[in-house]
Amino acid sequence: MMAATAAGVIEVCGLVKRFGALTAVDNLNFTVQPGEIFGLVGPDGSGKTTALRMLASVMRPDAGSIVIDGVDVLAHPERAKRHVSYMPQRFGLYEDLTVQENIRFYADLFEVPQSSWQARVDRLLQAADMAAFRKRLAGQLSGGMKQKLGLICSLVHTPRVLLLDEPTTGVDPVSRREFWQILYSLRAEGVAMLISTAYLDEAERCDRLTLLHAGSMMYCDTPAGLKARMPGAMLEVVAADPRRALAVLRDLPGVQGVLLVGVGVHVHVDAPQRLAPIGAALAAAGVAITTIAQVEPSIEDLFVALLDQAPVEEGA
Amino acid sequence: MTANAVAAQIVVDALVKRFGDFVAVNGVSFEVARGEVMGFIGPNGAGKSTLIRILCGLLRPSAGRALVAGIDVAQDPEGVRRRIGYMSQKFSLYNDMSVVENLRFFGGVYGVSRVDMPDRLRFAVDMAGLTGREDALVATLAGGWKQRLALGAAILHRPAILFLDEPTSGVDPSSRRRFWELIHALAQDGVSVLVSTHYMDEAEYCDRIALVNHGRLIALGTPLELKQRSLGGELLAIEGERLGDAMASLQSAPGVRDVAMFGSALHVLVDEAALRLPELEQRLTAAGWTNVRARRIDPSLEDSFVHLVSSSAAQAGAAA
Repeated sequence: MMAATAAGVIEVCGLVKRFGALTAVDNLNFTVQPGEIFGLVGPDGSGKTTALRMLASVMRPDAGSIVIDGVDVLAHPERAKRHVSYMPQRFGLYEDLTVQENIRFYADLFEVPQSSWQARVDRLLQAADMAAFRKRLAGQLSGGMKQKLGLICSLVHTPRVLLLDEPTTGVDPVSRREFWQILYSLRAEGVAMLISTAYLDEAERCDRLTLLHAGSMMYCDTPAGLKARMPGAMLEVVAADPRRALAVLRDLPGVQGVLLVGVGVHVHVDAPQRLAPIGAALAAAGVAITTIAQVEPSIEDLFVALLDQAPVEEGA
Repeated sequence: MTANAVAAQIVVDALVKRFGDFVAVNGVSFEVARGEVMGFIGPNGAGKSTLIRILCGLLRPSAGRALVAGIDVAQDPEGVRRRIGYMSQKFSLYNDMSVVENLRFFGGVYGVSRVDMPDRLRFAVDMAGLTGREDALVATLAGGWKQRLALGAAILHRPAILFLDEPTSGVDPSSRRRFWELIHALAQDGVSVLVSTHYMDEAEYCDRIALVNHGRLIALGTPLELKQRSLGGELLAIEGERLGDAMASLQSAPGVRDVAMFGSALHVLVDEAALRLPELEQRLTAAGWTNVRARRIDPSLEDSFVHLVSSSAAQAGAAA
């Protein structure tokens, strides 16, 4: 049975997975378009890996449907795999083979003739800043380079859909940035990408994302759209003695949360109009502040605010 | 300055560690004051773990000196270990033991006296928020609880210095914030904390940051200082439709030092924002891009990090 969606699209509907009494994935619904990077963002245990395993057809859901690239994944798992690439958290690199040999191995596995992958792999190695490491054993690569090599191996058969499970965990910022630049070049080629991450700052790099909490979706939107849902506002107080500022801020009216950051304190307030009275209150308490200003909330600020706002949902 | 010198709990002075021909730590110097939270960041393989192992008295330095709580790590590693707490991302708790059994075990390892033990156990259980669940198996705890319990275990013996190795990987954001509140409370009580991480949002919580690359210290300062001073230019975010193809055109524009894709926007490092912002907008609009909007943005710590690491690599390349 062919489903009615277009090529290269991921469509997930009512997806559920239970392990005994635990509902690991609870009613996921989303669509990823060609040329879009969609993020599953949440902490460990929020259901990211389970969801991706079902999409990669290595695990069967208890309910719901998955259509990828026009193929019903549950009915035709083998056919669905043809244009899909899945990069699990630990990609199976052969540590005693070189970078080049690993790539060749995966090309052979996917039955891709060398003529069609050589130029592409050269370009990817260049983009990954790994062209000089072709002859290095995979076992001797740094964590970031291993992840980039895993990605390149996942791409030898030019997939239309890419599923990535926490590909940047344990990767340093420089390698992480290169990794994302490769994803953006794939986006330009029209690849649909689903990426999971436990790092909320990474959410900002996605085109759209959903925040996962205990297997459920908390909103699904663009990063800007999500931030617009932030209840209240975030203020940043830069102070010479942030800990003293924090102690005063905690008890001021309208303050819903305080967070010590290196330069000062991030204050979640119920309304941006609190800025002036809070500045005055700090001055009255004798706390020297350098600046106080409204700042854009981070995705993490939002996540915490949403969880605090709706604690009831947690048990539901 | 003198106050710092008196109160410095960690003094690292021209420290070198070689493994054969490989120089893992190459002349690093810094100090951590009493009650200071120092972030220790750098790419994989930069030498972070080697340095922490030296400071914990587990590795001998090849040259230079390290004092922890006033004790020379090379002279008296045992003395150092009695005064420090250590917690890694793996939490090293025993899953098949209960909360209180784990704490008692670590208390024993760290030499907490039998007289002090009940008090310290209560303190750690309280701090972790596990009162009433003392007999729960660690395996049944969620990540955030485990993390706070591991922290409790690491400070049972009231160490003056605490080493945290990527402590909050994978923990949910609310738990992570609670964890950092505990860290700052410890710092308030005078504990010096050295946190190694390569996640920039974690580094933001620190009082100061030491950035290492290829065994060298390449920057040291508050998060704000690093963001403001290190970038070598100003950052613009440019939004618009289908901007991916505009990168090449921007890269060759005057005053542009770097272009990177970030989500649906481009981040462009320029010499002078006020001058280049209108120029770049015009350039893109003239070349046919629609809805182009540029604005100056504050660099993130990650921007600084990437810039510092790349320019230190370039310098190393030029020197070689």
